[in-house]
Amino acid sequence: MSAPNKSYDPVEVEALKPQEIERMRDEALAAFAAAPSLEALQEAKVAHTGGTSPLALANREIGALPPQAKAAAGKLVGQARGAVNKALAGRQVELEAERDARVLVEEAVDVTLPYDRVPAGARHPLTTLSDRIEDVFVAMGYEVAEGPQAEAEWFNFDALNIGPDHPARGEADTFFVEGPDGTADSGVVLRTHTSPVQIRSLLARELPVYVICPGRVYRTDELDATHTPVFHQVELLAVDEGLTMADLKGTLDHMVQSLFGAGMKTRLRPNFFPFTEPSAEMDMVCYVCRGESVGNPDRPCRTCSSEGWIELGGCGMVNPKVLAACGVDPEKYSGFAFGFGIERMLMFRHNVEDMRDMVEGDVRFTRPFGMEI
Amino acid sequence: MRIPLSWLREYVDLPATETGRDVQARLVSAGLEVETVEQLGDGLKGPLVVGQVLTIEELEGFKKPIRFCTVDVGTANGTGDPQEIVCGARNFAVGDKVVVVLPGAELPGGFAIAARKTYGKTSHGMICSSDELGMGDDGTKGIIVLPQETEVGKDAVELLELVDEVLDIAVTANRGDCLSLRGVARETAVAYGLPLRDPALLDVPGPNAYGYPVQVSDPVGCDRFTARTVTGLSPDARSPIWLQRRLQKVGMRPISLAVDVTNYVMMELGQPLHAYDRSQVRGTVGVRRAEQGEKLTTLDGVERVLHTDDLVITDERGPIGLAGVMGGADTEIADDAARATADVVVEAAHFDAVSVARTARRHKLSTEASRRFERGVDPQAAAAAAQRTVDLLVLLAGGTAEAGVTEVVAPSAPHTISAPADHPDKVAGVTYGRETVVRRLQQIGCDVYGQDELIVTVPSWRPDLVAANDLAEEVIRLEGYENLPSTLPRPSSGHGLTARQRLHRRVGRALAGAGYVEALSYPFVGEQVFDQLLLDADDPDRQVVRLVNPLNDEEPALRTSLLPGLLGALRRNDGRGSHDLALFETGLVFHPRADRAVVAAPPVDRRPTAEEIAALDATLPDQPRHVAVVLAGAREQSGWWGGGRPAQWADAIEAARAVAREAGAELVVRSGRYGPWHPGRTAELVVVADGAERVVGHAGELHPRVQKSLGLPDRTSAMELDLDALQAAGDDTPQAPRISTFPMATQDVALVVDADVPHAEVEAALREGAGELLESIRLFDVYENGAQLGEGKKSLAYALRFRAGDRTLTVDEASAARDAAVALAGERSGAVLRA
Repeated sequence: MSAPNKSYDPVEVEALKPQEIERMRDEALAAFAAAPSLEALQEAKVAHTGGTSPLALANREIGALPPQAKAAAGKLVGQARGAVNKALAGRQVELEAERDARVLVEEAVDVTLPYDRVPAGARHPLTTLSDRIEDVFVAMGYEVAEGPQAEAEWFNFDALNIGPDHPARGEADTFFVEGPDGTADSGVVLRTHTSPVQIRSLLARELPVYVICPGRVYRTDELDATHTPVFHQVELLAVDEGLTMADLKGTLDHMVQSLFGAGMKTRLRPNFFPFTEPSAEMDMVCYVCRGESVGNPDRPCRTCSSEGWIELGGCGMVNPKVLAACGVDPEKYSGFAFGFGIERMLMFRHNVEDMRDMVEGDVRFTRPFGMEI
Repeated sequence: MRIPLSWLREYVDLPATETGRDVQARLVSAGLEVETVEQLGDGLKGPLVVGQVLTIEELEGFKKPIRFCTVDVGTANGTGDPQEIVCGARNFAVGDKVVVVLPGAELPGGFAIAARKTYGKTSHGMICSSDELGMGDDGTKGIIVLPQETEVGKDAVELLELVDEVLDIAVTANRGDCLSLRGVARETAVAYGLPLRDPALLDVPGPNAYGYPVQVSDPVGCDRFTARTVTGLSPDARSPIWLQRRLQKVGMRPISLAVDVTNYVMMELGQPLHAYDRSQVRGTVGVRRAEQGEKLTTLDGVERVLHTDDLVITDERGPIGLAGVMGGADTEIADDAARATADVVVEAAHFDAVSVARTARRHKLSTEASRRFERGVDPQAAAAAAQRTVDLLVLLAGGTAEAGVTEVVAPSAPHTISAPADHPDKVAGVTYGRETVVRRLQQIGCDVYGQDELIVTVPSWRPDLVAANDLAEEVIRLEGYENLPSTLPRPSSGHGLTARQRLHRRVGRALAGAGYVEALSYPFVGEQVFDQLLLDADDPDRQVVRLVNPLNDEEPALRTSLLPGLLGALRRNDGRGSHDLALFETGLVFHPRADRAVVAAPPVDRRPTAEEIAALDATLPDQPRHVAVVLAGAREQSGWWGGGRPAQWADAIEAARAVAREAGAELVVRSGRYGPWHPGRTAELVVVADGAERVVGHAGELHPRVQKSLGLPDRTSAMELDLDALQAAGDDTPQAPRISTFPMATQDVALVVDADVPHAEVEAALREGAGELLESIRLFDVYENGAQLGEGKKSLAYALRFRAGDRTLTVDEASAARDAAVALAGERSGAVLRA
């Protein structure tokens, strides 16, 4: 570098001649534009913007100029360096984008690969369907009541107006529990329905009582495609002042609408149960064909066998004798109750063909039902 | 109860166009469960005529005897010539009247009849059996042989009433009256608003002193006994076709005229009857309870030892019938040639429903009679039923009715019910009004008095009507259940699920989320499973609740553990080709109480006392809810990502931890030993509740011998916990930690300890020694290498994270805390920092 020379004319300094500056600038721009890769750009950057690059050197020469020439020369070099840096940055962005695009393509994977490292588990559909039904009633203000499965006959029969000689008692296909020392007459059975939980609820709770009683029940049926000795029921009990059969009907309608969709309805047919009077059999409109398959051979319905209705279970107004056995004044209170089998509902709601599938615990059956139903 | 529509029409003038399906719909709506409507003779097409066998030629040389017959069918075949027919049956002779189906006809089931070559002859039609005509069992198992007086050439479709509809009704336990044509006809009449021709409205002579002597010693068991006598029954008399056909259509087999008549009247009026061969009855007929040791051979040929509660019919010698259930063999009507009954005593009695039910159950003998008495028989119909029987025997058997009429009747008042006139309205939630209520009650045969308060006398055939709600049901069903409005009550505000119910759901979700599939096993076990599970002889789980009547004698007990059932499901899945298995179950187990007793049931006309409830509850087994998991095969699958990992003891224990987390319970896991588990790979699961430690379950790998004896895959692991006990130790309101935002200092330590020192002990010491600054501690490596560490040693490597809530920790502070942790671990467990 030359020593400062206050008498020098800037145009006399070769490196600071405007055409020289322009040439350096253009060479730099050309080199950047021509750089094919980030590595080449890096080299061009060192060559054209580094400490020993022509423009850097030219910049230093400015110091050798007389003061009156410095401003003009500085502006000239500054503009050139500005243009060079801008071009460098621009090219840098371009090349990085190119590289990214290339690398991300190279990193592409087969997203269809499975990842069943720990296969999903599932809850049993009988459990989740029961939960679902409970939730409908809990939302209405009912509470879920539970009770023992090995139950005293008094709760399972007597209090429900099924006396020792009632024909229904003999027909109930009951499992009897052995007493102490192997005696047959222990007074304990495997509950044949969840109705004893209704009795326990009436005895244990303050009136009014609105409960739903889900759970396992037992009858001495051999396992086959449509029977199982161990099955699940949901029963409902409402005892309050002024409850009517119309309330029972409305509650049933609400339930089937919640479980099967708007527009669903139920139908009651007279029947007989010792614990309700009046009693009824309850059917719901077939949720698949909505009754349109009846008398319509072109559109047969598998779910309801083209009957239009699906049998749900039994219901009725709580027999005043049952209320009396629980110390509830039948003159003041009335109640309704219903019950149905969850297996049956699962069968028609989810097209289960064989009861045994629900019993055997085969994971292939249960997995598709997941967490909720 | 099977109801032939043709028979029903005899009592109700149904419109001719009304089909069985129509009647079904009406009756269903009124509350009778008509399950099916059978179409008899569906597809039957004539000509089907009466023929007389003229000749029989036995054809020889075939595997079975074959007959070539000529049969006179009158002009039914168009020519009047004898019809040539080949027949394989043999129960007919020349001159017999038979049913002949001619070419061109079609039998039920689409069986078209045409002339065809068979056994070297041409058969122009067929001689028919009852089966081929869809008639039901006539007891002959062969060709129908008609009475001689039957006219040749007559249309047999009409003669045999082959085309009919039969309603099959599932009669509920309260409606004994509908186990008869009379009862169903009454319901039909009401449903159609038509008058009923009551078949029990007969002229019945009053009782007199010269009927067959009857002595009723137990008027509670038998409040009515009618006896009539018919003499001189023709030994050749057979039940006419119409009577046989009606019995067949209701599902009974014709036997002999006298028996058929009693059955017919029972079906018609609902009154069970019994006919005694008078020549076999000795002296006065009595009704009393059986005496100790008495025996009776009933009609079914079974000798029965009687119970002193059994109500029996007697003569001078002793019991001759089980009252209301089955008659005795000694006095049975006989119709064989050697001893055909000529004189009969007809019994129409009314027996106590409970007594009959108990006797039927005691002797495992459910009969048409006992079914009716158990469900209620109209006591007022007895005399009419006896009269009807007498009339038919006189008419059909040429008998003579003796003038003597015996009637022993215990006085009783008709049953009345008092109920407000608007009671049905209040039950239904519908305003029917007094007029409708009264009209409906009268329709079913009640006498109704009173204005606002009705006094209702119920008809004798409806013993099921005893209370105001029974009357309400009658009104509501006749007004139509389908017309009930739909209203919603407003339940009181509920409290949502209980903590126990919420935990139950959470545990299911947590385990399913961890890859477990729920199975719901039967709770029935055989006690040999406890040997297979290697339980000690005095293990409390061997104390089981047993069933009196198990479905399977191999599994008479209730489970005390979920494992037998769940392992069964595991084995079943494995056998079906699913080998990588993780199953769970929640459910009750049953432990009998040592001090259980049998207590008398409290009455049901009042609320039981707290003591009575407690006494009942004390008879029940303890029934806690358990949760269990079982695992086998791969817990993690291998795949493109790399290798898999077999299910192992640690998974089972982690499942226990997951359940405990849901319960908010602090679970202590320590080495243990218990029955089914591998002695070196068993975790005892412990909680502290109310200051006391309690073992709530076990987890780990199953004992190899258990795997073998139960046929399980190798290395099957399992866990079982008492969920209720876990919940008792839990806290479902976790407290929020304070979150520090100051930087964390991490210190790793590797400690060498004796190989049998449990990690949990070391970690507890480190945790305690590190003090408050410790935010978390995690074991990240376990290393055993005899050469480097020395025999019987292992290295445990922990990452300790320190953080303060109010400042950035200095390196010295973190190091000091770490040193204190290591020092305490050294003191407690002999741990030394690995060099």
